[in-house]
Amino acid sequence: MSDRSVSTGVKILGYQVRDLARSRALGGYALALALATWGLVHFGGGTARALPSLATLVVLVVPLVSLLVTTSFVHHGGDFIELLLSHPVGRRPLFLGMYLGLALPLGAAFLAGVLIPLGASGALSTHANGVATVALAGALLTAVFTSLGFVIALRATDPARAMGAALLVWLAAAVLYDGAVLLAAYRWAAYPLETPMLVLMALNPVDVARVLVVMALDASAMMGYTGAIFQDFFGGAVGRALAIACLCAWTIVPAWVAMRDFQRKDF
Amino acid sequence: MIRVRGLTKRFGARAVLEEVDVHFRSGAVTALLGPNGAGKTTLLKCVLGLVRPSEGDVLVEGEPIDPDGSYRHGIGYMPQLPNFPPHMTGLELARMLDDLRDFRGRPDEELIEALDLRAELGEPFRTLSGGTRQKVNAALAFRYRAPILILDEPTAGLDPVASLALKAGVRACRTEGRTVVVTSHNLGDLQTIADHVVFLHEGRVRYDGSLGDLLATTRRSTLQEAIADLMRGSDATSRRETGRDTNEADPERRHLEVVR
Amino acid sequence: MRAVLILLAALQGTQAAPASQGTVATRVVGPGGDHATITEAVQAAQPHDTVVVTRGVYREATVVVDKPLVLRGEDGTVLDGEGARGLLRIVADSVTVSGFTLRDTGISFTEDRAALLVDRAHFCTVRDLRVEDAFFGIYLANSGDCLLEDNTLRARSTRETRSGNGIHLWYSTRVTLRGNRIEGHRDGIYFEFVEDSRVLDNESVGNVRYGLHFMFSDGCDYVRNVFADNGAGVAVMYTSDVLMEENDFRGSLGNAAFGLLLKDITDSEILGNRFRDNSVGIHAEGANRVRVAGNDFLENGWAVKIMANSEGSTIEGNNFLGNSFDVATNSRRSYSDFAGNYWDRYRGWDRDADGVGDVPFHPVRLFSLVVAQNEPALVLQRSPLVALLDLAEQVLPLLTPEDLADPRPRLAPVSTRWGPS
Repeated sequence: MSDRSVSTGVKILGYQVRDLARSRALGGYALALALATWGLVHFGGGTARALPSLATLVVLVVPLVSLLVTTSFVHHGGDFIELLLSHPVGRRPLFLGMYLGLALPLGAAFLAGVLIPLGASGALSTHANGVATVALAGALLTAVFTSLGFVIALRATDPARAMGAALLVWLAAAVLYDGAVLLAAYRWAAYPLETPMLVLMALNPVDVARVLVVMALDASAMMGYTGAIFQDFFGGAVGRALAIACLCAWTIVPAWVAMRDFQRKDF
Repeated sequence: MIRVRGLTKRFGARAVLEEVDVHFRSGAVTALLGPNGAGKTTLLKCVLGLVRPSEGDVLVEGEPIDPDGSYRHGIGYMPQLPNFPPHMTGLELARMLDDLRDFRGRPDEELIEALDLRAELGEPFRTLSGGTRQKVNAALAFRYRAPILILDEPTAGLDPVASLALKAGVRACRTEGRTVVVTSHNLGDLQTIADHVVFLHEGRVRYDGSLGDLLATTRRSTLQEAIADLMRGSDATSRRETGRDTNEADPERRHLEVVR
Repeated sequence: MRAVLILLAALQGTQAAPASQGTVATRVVGPGGDHATITEAVQAAQPHDTVVVTRGVYREATVVVDKPLVLRGEDGTVLDGEGARGLLRIVADSVTVSGFTLRDTGISFTEDRAALLVDRAHFCTVRDLRVEDAFFGIYLANSGDCLLEDNTLRARSTRETRSGNGIHLWYSTRVTLRGNRIEGHRDGIYFEFVEDSRVLDNESVGNVRYGLHFMFSDGCDYVRNVFADNGAGVAVMYTSDVLMEENDFRGSLGNAAFGLLLKDITDSEILGNRFRDNSVGIHAEGANRVRVAGNDFLENGWAVKIMANSEGSTIEGNNFLGNSFDVATNSRRSYSDFAGNYWDRYRGWDRDADGVGDVPFHPVRLFSLVVAQNEPALVLQRSPLVALLDLAEQVLPLLTPEDLADPRPRLAPVSTRWGPS
């Protein structure tokens, strides 16, 4: 990308961040997360108890919010995108600016909503590893579902259908997929399932993020598993690195598809 | 100067533009006309790079349009609908566009002065009336003194004073040698400013020539009447082309359907 | 038995009497001392003499202590087995050994080669030894009434077959182990057919197999020890009348690793211990009439796995915090009682504010049954789907053991010596 494209992208990013800061959606998201986290810590009996609940909350809420904010933003911003594209603004810098302008504030809102109450409760020092993992998983999930939100919004031109598709993707990734995995585990219980299970996890970003959290919060249980592959995967840095790499791939590939769609789109 | 060559645009199976060849000259105002759905806006969007042609190409100032959009430095565009971010003020939008265009010159604010828009520019768009938004829309198109001006239904929703000011602006552009393309339903307005007429119907160019020639060949005194003739002719053509009802066609005007 | 012992002691006494006549001599071994080798000094010594070995490295045949002596090494006194032999063998009663560094016995597959072997001897005291790279460290066979205190044993084994146990007791009674630290052996502490012994304030860390391993050893107490990062944790088997109190069991991770494995243990008490970061906190198989009370179970994979062949045990007043699974079992019925524990998963109310929840807590999650049947499903841990299934099962138990419940779950943790968790 040329310098001019980069500077255009950065400008777009700046406008977008200011624009989002002005809308109440992100502040509301951060505040709701902060209230939930604070509630879990204070009424749930401390950080050790709150972290697992928070982890479940994060893998449910972050994908949903990221998807809905992204799809609705892309649709409501349609006219504005058109306006910008009638000026000397390239599509690639515009896309990247918009993408980062959504993913970064969403991620920042998430981190603020979770880390501020946890920090106030002192969890950052007492449960550093657990908190860091939940924060990392949530931040990566934000990026993944911002990418997927762009793909959905750019492919489903009707806002209502895009919203429907976003909800469906969320429901499938957050709940239904795991149900299918569980049924599959029973259906093929007689076979060695370790590797297939890990592959199935890799195919769903929500599961990858959850597995990342499980590695931090349930290492003792995972190490109690009989199979060597799980032991290797959950026992050390390799599994963690693979999970993070997997989430990065889940961010980059859909973002790349979305950018290609955006470059070909007619306004 | 804009040259469109062999431009076809299909949305799915439906062709919105078919093999369009037109030339928007500099130092002239071209009226782009046609009934609703004729493909006027799509053609303009192809020129702006907002819509990707299925076939054919667009040359702006002799150069094929580049994907990074930097050629749009040379274009001022007034879209049909002034859909601006509701919470932004005109001033904020103008500053942002200045920034995005790396515009450091003196902006053309004649329309702003002429329409006394200063106060409204400080208000968020959501508080402005449709007419005022359209004025801001027009002012933004002129702002960068671009060599090419594309105005899509510029007078829709404008009061007579604003309309007159806009037309004055367009005329000034012509004298400065700039290229102006205007679509409008208000043919009366267009007649007073247009040099050229391009008439689109069902995605094809049905007439491309000077306003004077059009009035002469149709033997009409107003653009409105001439266009009405063109439309009847075109309808007749399409009916004939689809194999129905050839009798109503007026043989005297048949030649108008032949473009260039 | 006792009569024989007294007779033996009397015989030794009469043999020693003529030479020393009650005066205690001190012999010095080493350059410039009375003797060049320890063996020579021991042979020359009269019973109850003190043999002081001065600083230096001694390489000589296994020293056999066959009379009651005080054998003391000065700081920096090393007995080197050169990879070929044990260092000290005590075959007489009332021997005190202290201050030596015993190193490099080598590995033997034909004998239980030990740095220090106490063979059929009583009233021994072994103190302040450093045992380095021994096959077996301190080995007591058919002995008793001994004190093993403040010794440090360190081996560098990575494989079970190439290492012996740190402190190994076989057919011994009334032995006290206090303040020893054992690292890198096969089993840190190993008891077989040991009775009425005390294991206090020891640290058994990073051993290849078990930190503590005992079988057929009734009436022993284990108090304030640390068992950490051992390959398979602590295993106790076929024993009754055990007291385990205030020990720290942690870092036993692996598919056959347990903080504490109870196998056929009866009439015993497990009180005030802490189980932390183990794949399984307590695995109980055939644990009958065992009282598990006042313990902290923190961040284990499974806090308690209790098999249906355990009967009449009680699990009360413990804290369960941050475990992936609190309780797992292999039956729909429960033969043990859970009462008055604190469970961090409990979500009940306490409307009468008596500190006890209004509804019972069922600590066996549906998902733990799922995982027991289908282990790879463990990857779904913390899935919202699993949370939903668990919730449904809590509301309407169909598969989990209905009578395995804590009828009086506490709303606040029990205070333990480990402090507020």
